[in-house]
Amino acid sequence: MQQISVALTVNGVRRELEIAPWTTLLDALRERLGLTGTKKGCDHGQCGACTVLLDGRPINSCLALAVMQDGSDVTTVEGLARDGTLHPVQQAFIDHDAFQCGYCTPGQICSAVGLISDGRARTRAEIREAMSGNICRCGAYPNIIAAIEEAMKAT
Amino acid sequence: MNSFQYSRAQDVADAVRQSAADGSAKFIAGGTNLVDLMKYEVERPARLIDISHLPLRAIEEPPGGGLRVGALVPNSDLAWHPQVKERYPLLSSAILAGASTQLRNMASTGGNLLQRTRCLYFYDVATPCNKRKPGSGCAAIGGINRINAILGTSDVCIATHPSDMCVALAALDATVHVVGPEGERAIAMTDFHRLPGDTPERDTNLGANEIVTAIALPARSFRTHYTYLKIRDRLSYAFALVAVAAALEIEGGIIREARLALGGVAHKPWRDPEAEAVLVGQSAERNTFAKAASVVLRDAKGFGHNDFKIDLARRTIIRALDQAAQGTPQSQSDKRIA
Repeated sequence: MQQISVALTVNGVRRELEIAPWTTLLDALRERLGLTGTKKGCDHGQCGACTVLLDGRPINSCLALAVMQDGSDVTTVEGLARDGTLHPVQQAFIDHDAFQCGYCTPGQICSAVGLISDGRARTRAEIREAMSGNICRCGAYPNIIAAIEEAMKAT
Repeated sequence: MNSFQYSRAQDVADAVRQSAADGSAKFIAGGTNLVDLMKYEVERPARLIDISHLPLRAIEEPPGGGLRVGALVPNSDLAWHPQVKERYPLLSSAILAGASTQLRNMASTGGNLLQRTRCLYFYDVATPCNKRKPGSGCAAIGGINRINAILGTSDVCIATHPSDMCVALAALDATVHVVGPEGERAIAMTDFHRLPGDTPERDTNLGANEIVTAIALPARSFRTHYTYLKIRDRLSYAFALVAVAAALEIEGGIIREARLALGGVAHKPWRDPEAEAVLVGQSAERNTFAKAASVVLRDAKGFGHNDFKIDLARRTIIRALDQAAQGTPQSQSDKRIA
């Protein structure tokens, strides 16, 4: 079985892995690095639960092959807090009760962090459109949008 | 997903060489469609040739005008590029009408052209599909075919091409630049994708070991009278039932130049020169638009569940031409259709 060396910077820490080429970034994070904050929902790029930041931009880690990300910088939900203080988006999700079961939340938060840093969405309609790749089956959307709006104002 | 060998291409020539050396290999760039198809075992390549690190990420203004877009430019970078937003807003709008933020961040320009149909039966390996397994039959004809084609179908395939970006590229008369074992060639966007005929397994006219390197946009960009109007089952993150790219040049209320391309209705972005000719020289008003719509749909054929698409397409064409004529393009975030 072909094994390939991959070096990734995950949440600021350099990690080196020997992996089979068909390992997705999602499976590498969860099964090899023990970072289970990133969730496997549909595993087909339709639900957004697996969203992480790749070089600062939200992507579906279930559709990314880990071998192709050699040298990249990956941020998962575990890497957002600083020195015990939650990221403003995480705090806003708590303040606005922006989740129920919580399964989609890590993906929602990573997408929201990407959305705020690229600055393209400003209005509520634009936020909704930019977040449409993250499905919440509990239907917490109004509170998710409110949390993002507040975090946008704070940054 | 099947196990496979993985290799990285060092440059474009190396990618072509590696492909020619292994007939069962596939190129991978963004991977958003291919990895998904591999998970469903629709695609089972023995080797993936990673082209994602090749230097094809530039958006440049060539000396003759227009814009040249490298094949590996991510869809989101293309949509939000200042030159594209300013000069080719139809293209920007169409890209932002498709997929999700995450997918657009990964998906490449070349890969968008090469994405495969979303026909339910193409994805379901337990059913017959002439595109997936030539000669096995078409389960969509006589099956659940709500999302399938109404134009240019054959008696062996009624799949549609799923791209939004390609509909705008067809309307804009873009050119696809490719490199293969025989060297470089350019293919008009309108000739790049094929109708199914009796070879539905071939989506495009790209050669077996050819690689897309760039898309060239001509100087004429239709930045005033344009729209991309996409009708779908959800307001966002859904493939088109019918989509219309409309671009006009209007002088004194008279249409001087017209481009009309449809998505979601055929095996390729659907351009119809006869319908465009009906518009040119006429006043920009609803009667004219309705005549053009009738010409586009003169041979439209439904397959049961998708019969509604014929009338939906008629209305969408008229509305899109109206939006373009008024200079009020469809917003891709405010979903109200004005």
